Amino acid sequence: MCIKNSNMSETFVPSDYFPVVIFFIFALLIGFGTLLLGVVLRPKRPYTQKLYPYESGNPPVGEPRYKFSVKFYIIAMLFVVFDVEAVFLYPWAVAYNKLGIFGFAEMMLFVFILLIGYIYVWKKGAFDWE
Amino acid sequence: MNTANYLVDITMIMPELTLICVALILLLLDLVVKNKEVLAAVGIAGTLVALYGTYKLFVFHAPQSVFADMFVLDGYSNFFKLIFYLNIILTILISLKYMTIEKASFGEYYSLLIFATTGMMIMASAADLIVLYLGLELMALSTYILAGLMRKQLRSNEAALKYFFLGAFSSAILLYGISMTYGLTGTTNLREIAAALQTLNIMESPAVFLGLIFLIVAFGFKVALAPFHMWAPDVYEGAPTSITAFMSVGPKAAGFAVMGRVLFEAFGGMQMQWNSILIPLAVITMAVGSIIALAQTNIKRMLAYSSIAHAGYMLLGIIAGTPEGLASTANYLMIYMFMNIGAFAIVIMLRREGFQGENLDDYMGLAKSHPLASALMLIFMFSLTGIPPTAGFIGKFYVFMEVIRSGYTYLAIIAVIFSVISAFFYLRVVMYMYMKDPKEDVTLTTSSTLSIALAITAIMVLILGIFPSFLLNLVRSSIPG
Repeated sequence: MCIKNSNMSETFVPSDYFPVVIFFIFALLIGFGTLLLGVVLRPKRPYTQKLYPYESGNPPVGEPRYKFSVKFYIIAMLFVVFDVEAVFLYPWAVAYNKLGIFGFAEMMLFVFILLIGYIYVWKKGAFDWE
Repeated sequence: MNTANYLVDITMIMPELTLICVALILLLLDLVVKNKEVLAAVGIAGTLVALYGTYKLFVFHAPQSVFADMFVLDGYSNFFKLIFYLNIILTILISLKYMTIEKASFGEYYSLLIFATTGMMIMASAADLIVLYLGLELMALSTYILAGLMRKQLRSNEAALKYFFLGAFSSAILLYGISMTYGLTGTTNLREIAAALQTLNIMESPAVFLGLIFLIVAFGFKVALAPFHMWAPDVYEGAPTSITAFMSVGPKAAGFAVMGRVLFEAFGGMQMQWNSILIPLAVITMAVGSIIALAQTNIKRMLAYSSIAHAGYMLLGIIAGTPEGLASTANYLMIYMFMNIGAFAIVIMLRREGFQGENLDDYMGLAKSHPLASALMLIFMFSLTGIPPTAGFIGKFYVFMEVIRSGYTYLAIIAVIFSVISAFFYLRVVMYMYMKDPKEDVTLTTSSTLSIALAITAIMVLILGIFPSFLLNLVRSSIPG
């Protein structure tokens, strides 16, 4: 988003952002509005079974807060990296015809650099569980 | 989109691209090469190639800005890049043997050093706040990992975490400053910010001033100015000593490079405003650095506080507000690089298997058993104090001269008083080495690369002290008035 200086008036009003404000207000209204509507309309008859945390129909076996293995952390981190790659590929694919050979080269470079990271991570044994 | 135009732009960032390629190659080489000295050699060779590339660009191309005025190549950026190149080469030279002693000899070490240096170079060339932030994060993320490289040592972990949290915090503050400046001026380009401040006539606006404060605070974190220096002693003590040497010069120089460019180019018309922040900061920084260093018994912590005090002296050049003042700061950073890495190289020599060698007591009577190493330490300590035949004197003299020429005589007087105070803790090291009897036998860990680094730093400290004109001409032509 680029605002030119030349046509700016004495006081700078960020009027371009006004739709964002409206969007924000509507998001709040719809979110809280539906919740409030549910509280007002639904019948309230709580009993023990109903207040249990829902775990696919099974009775809960214990506290969900226990220590995870640190290996999950590495998996999550790697997931984020390659997830970002995938997300980045979508808009590139959509705009592929307009970007031309230069866009193709840029994206191949990006994928190549990530590939180096992938080889590095693999050889270092980050994918081995033990 | 003009492809030919982009090819010209890419030629201009060839040194940075070279460094990134070298870092990636090192990452892969680490998987097949077991000998880490090969990696160090490749790292140094790659840095030299990039240095040659910067030199070629400097010779064949006039100062210009590329990538839609986001990236600028001029004498200012080239001078700082020279500091970064020398910094990484000297760091690799002093760290080879040391990292094996610390059992932290990883191939990633060299790769991360090069990534950090690339980040600094992007910062020095940034003409846009977004590019500046990009370079800063590349540098910062790499140095966080480097600080915690001794994975088995608790204090190294602590250093990395502390550095990461406070660094992330300062990045957030920087982003606040950038977004405020963008919101008020409508641009992130430094020149256009200056133009917008003029045309919109908002230089007196408190909102612009607030944005400026955020930016200065964020840069203050990076260069360890006084109220934002809390991380420095712990991180400098906990990080591997070679990384401490690297961090005390590189990110500091990069921080001053961006501070100088942002303040002079974007906020050049607001010198009264930024000086009203920088002058108290400089005084507090010099006071905190010099006075707290007196109480330190660990030499790495002492050098950390000394580095804080030096940041205060360097700030005086920016306060002077003239191109010559900026040149004096750049000059100081170049000299500081040689003397500080030299001092850390001696600290590294005392480290050996099963012996930390970081306490002041370990230096007792060193002159009797190791006269040459003591003589070198003496040179570096004299230079850090600012005693005449050494380069440190030239650095301080130039900065003080410029700040007096701009009419801040009282600041120069305060700075001289604090350098006299700082003489106590620098000369205490010399006193321990020469006038006390040794407690126990100290054997030094020497290696050929460490000797080369020591020779380079010691010779440069003496040459720049005795014949300063070469460096002064270089810095004055790089940053023309």
